[in-house]
Amino acid sequence: MPEAAAHYEPVIGLEIHVQLATKTKMFCSCALSFGEDPNTRTCPVCLGLPGTLPVVNAEAVHYALMVGLALDCEIAPRSIFHRKNYFYPDLPKGYQVSQYDIPICGPGRLGDIRIHRAHLEEDAAKLVHAGESGRIHSADSSVVDFNRGGTPLVEIVTEPDVRSAAQASDWLRLLRVTLRQLGVSDVNMEEGSLRCDANVSIRPQGSTELGTKTELKNMNSFRFLERGIEAEIARQESIVSEGGQVTQETLHFDPRTGSISSLRSKEEAHDYRYFPEPDLVALAPTEEMVDRARAALPELPAARAARLEGDLGLHPDDARLLAFRTELGDLFESTLAADGSHPRGVANWVTGELLSRLGEREPAQTALEPAALARLVAMVEDGDVSGSAAKEVLGVLVEDGGDPEAIVEQRGLAKAGGDELEAIVEQAMADNADAVEKIRGGNPKAIGAIVGAVMKATKGTADGGEVQRLVRERIES
Amino acid sequence: MSDATELTGAQAAGEIAAGKLSAPELFEAYRERAAGEELNAYLWVAEDAPAVPADAPLGGVPVAVKDLFCTEGVPSQAGSRILEGYRPPYTSTAVERLAAAGAPILGKTNMDEFAMGSSNENSGFGPVLNPWDTGRVPGGSSGGSAAAVAAGLAPWAIGTDTGGSVRQPASLCGVVGLRPTYGAISRYGMIAFASSLDQAGPLTRDVTDSALLLRHMAGADPCDSTSTGLPEEVALPSAERLDGLTFGVPPQLTGEGIEPGVREVFDATLRRIEELGGSLEEIELPHSEQAIAAYYVIAPAEASANLARFDGVRYGRRANGAGDLLSLYEQTREEGFGDEVKRRIMIGTYALSSGYYDAYYGSAQRVRTKIAEDFRAAYEKVDLIVTPTSPTVAFGLGEKTDDPLAMYLLDFCTVPMPLAGIPAISIPGGLSEGLPVGIQLAGPAFSENRILNAAYALEQAIGFDGSAARA
Amino acid sequence: MIDREQVLYVARLARLRLTDEEVERMTGELSTILEHIETIGTVDLEDVEPTSHVVELENVLRPDEPRPSLPRDRALEQAPDSDETGFRVPSPSAGQ
Ligand SMILES: [Mg+2]
Ligand SMILES: [Zn+2]
Repeated sequence: MPEAAAHYEPVIGLEIHVQLATKTKMFCSCALSFGEDPNTRTCPVCLGLPGTLPVVNAEAVHYALMVGLALDCEIAPRSIFHRKNYFYPDLPKGYQVSQYDIPICGPGRLGDIRIHRAHLEEDAAKLVHAGESGRIHSADSSVVDFNRGGTPLVEIVTEPDVRSAAQASDWLRLLRVTLRQLGVSDVNMEEGSLRCDANVSIRPQGSTELGTKTELKNMNSFRFLERGIEAEIARQESIVSEGGQVTQETLHFDPRTGSISSLRSKEEAHDYRYFPEPDLVALAPTEEMVDRARAALPELPAARAARLEGDLGLHPDDARLLAFRTELGDLFESTLAADGSHPRGVANWVTGELLSRLGEREPAQTALEPAALARLVAMVEDGDVSGSAAKEVLGVLVEDGGDPEAIVEQRGLAKAGGDELEAIVEQAMADNADAVEKIRGGNPKAIGAIVGAVMKATKGTADGGEVQRLVRERIES
Repeated sequence: MSDATELTGAQAAGEIAAGKLSAPELFEAYRERAAGEELNAYLWVAEDAPAVPADAPLGGVPVAVKDLFCTEGVPSQAGSRILEGYRPPYTSTAVERLAAAGAPILGKTNMDEFAMGSSNENSGFGPVLNPWDTGRVPGGSSGGSAAAVAAGLAPWAIGTDTGGSVRQPASLCGVVGLRPTYGAISRYGMIAFASSLDQAGPLTRDVTDSALLLRHMAGADPCDSTSTGLPEEVALPSAERLDGLTFGVPPQLTGEGIEPGVREVFDATLRRIEELGGSLEEIELPHSEQAIAAYYVIAPAEASANLARFDGVRYGRRANGAGDLLSLYEQTREEGFGDEVKRRIMIGTYALSSGYYDAYYGSAQRVRTKIAEDFRAAYEKVDLIVTPTSPTVAFGLGEKTDDPLAMYLLDFCTVPMPLAGIPAISIPGGLSEGLPVGIQLAGPAFSENRILNAAYALEQAIGFDGSAARA
Repeated sequence: MIDREQVLYVARLARLRLTDEEVERMTGELSTILEHIETIGTVDLEDVEPTSHVVELENVLRPDEPRPSLPRDRALEQAPDSDETGFRVPSPSAGQ
């Protein structure tokens, strides 16, 4: 509905749950589970047995601080855990230990989106519904697997700054590569280590107040996130443009049908009865803890893109691509380390020809040496080898490695030029007298036949522009 | 052999160390008494004595353990039908420490369901009888442990105190009950009632035994984030006088509501304190008047969450024939929990529910701050505070069950200390109408040694004789 | 004060099924108890900090070192209803 879209502005906020890649769970010493058999990664604590108590995983706090710093969040001098109470079979204690009014990370920003907060909590267990388990159950029974229960999570909540489905998935990509760069999570959406919910509302263009929002749950890929939000925006626009009212509810997007359905809520009344978790003491990150987290931060994609664009004058798209494809960016920078005189040229070759030759591979999985790439680009820039020849050389460097000059020698790819080229041009004109006539008759296109013959004779090492110049010289004289 | 069961825990450990007494024989003597008891004090009794290393400081003198301490492979039901037959796969830190020190578990003692009660009439497995008069209650919630020690069914025992559940039954049964500073003993493996208030403590025949058990139970525990242990080693008390010690007497906890017989014993104790060289000073604890109100918001609120895990999914009782998930939850909890537990879950859930949090839970937490400030101010002036432990002696079974609030209000002498996290002991001060009256000594946080020494000096002067209950 | 409707709402939150007789009794008992609790209101609590904890500890943390988990049969041992892999429950979607 482009027509409606003109009248309404979508207002979108994202809630992202990130499973931390610690060795153990948030509050007990069970190793995290990677598809082990159900209920083989549990202990009295994560089964919620009577009398057990939680103890906070120091590494989870360290990771949360890294995330907070990477998102420019204010780190709370003192934060506490709360109990979020509701009954569900995947919640062994009848409450989730989470953070409520004082999260460890306060307001921050990533790219063009403001962060509202980021807090620590424990993941729920998994309900394997009848059938899914692959074994026979009575149709209406499920089996609870507590392996995932208690996995450390950082929940990141944005301000409602997102204005389109595309912006949402772009930004989530930035968050994902940032978290991967931090090394705090596998950030795999399909496997659920990165889960995204979206709060969607629309309002008349120009209006500043917020409309009623709905919550879209767990879209487990960037495509689904985009399609889900698009579908929900469309749904709300049609409701409103027909004079209806959007009702606040939790929705599920079905990627197969593209349809949106209402979810039954866990606690009919959303009365979670939050109160301070009396089994835990306050988290008060010391200067030393925060410094340790800051010291552990690598250069983050947003910063790298800015540097490549600002300091090296790269095109914004190249800079972003090199920053987000970390390995590509690293190759780019080590190539410049070998010879820093042609940053733009190296960027073009890396993000263009090389990227397409890599396919699924990362540079490290090929024979390409940064120094060799640096020499090749220099040869192109100095006009010692033509573009098409350089592509052939790059192909060899990627598959077999080696020294660009040597490869050019062996394959006779050096750019033809001087008297030799003039002779070849004159021969080609003689062989294509009819073409020469056509040009004289006012049909410049005919020059193609002559250039083609020259290229054939020089195996493509001749410079097309140079050849055309020589041909015209001779016709006009 | 029966004279061996007349020994205190420390005396028995001494005889064993001296080779005059065999640990297995002592264990067997107590095992027989416990297995044959008629007070309903035990819910489970050990079969045979585990081997104890010869050099273990507690020598193999067995200990009776409140049912809510989880013990691996042994029924641990917290006095509730919803945990009937539950055998945990792990053991609580406190019980583990005692076993390591040479006090193996003799049995699991009866208690008010999930430690909610002051009379032991709320047990899912029937009430415990008071050995001084089997028509009366032993107090609660650690009534089984108190009755077992008083009746000589155990040399010593451990319980838990949330609002008075160690001190009050000790008082009604004529034994010594100590509630340490919050955090002194690990809560790991204690089936929780109110996490910010629960604290384990010994119930013993005398103050020396109390010190000895505390010494071996206390200590910070990596499994309990809120445990601190004690700053100094627990010394065996030896003081004979109270010279230089000032005892605060708060009118709020010693005047109105204290029955005359209890009042007499209390006044006699105040005179004794002065005879022993201690001085008395009246102090104000103005906010202790709201202590019961604050306590009956905070404890039920925490309990409502702590008891949510009893849902019939992973352990314990599950209602039969429940169709869908909701019915499974509701029927299981309806059948498994007793009236008092349901009542407190309701109060706690209501106090936390949206729209009521600030008025109830929020205010209660602020009153808690005020109460802690009152004590801090008082201990600027005095070394210890002395009060009766319970306003009454043991009352008749069924006498107060139909008025929950009246029962709650009986806790007014013991509830303020847990809210402030400070330690307090109850020792027998004498008899009224032939029934024991407990005297409570409370001190600032981590003043256990001071409390134990003062209690010891008083104990010697009072010379209470509890043998009648063991006959 | 608490009325019958509130009692039913709270019972549902707490997953307690109360008989009509219990609802009646609860409504009375809870009202009496809450009436006493409301005496808190007589205290001036202006800018008094709430105490949720008496311990002054902070940053009690555990090293990120795995320890052995329970064998599965041990974990499932006490379950009222289980199959060889996990704890069986009625599907949340079913009924309800
Ligand atoms: Mg969350
Ligand atoms: Zn675990």
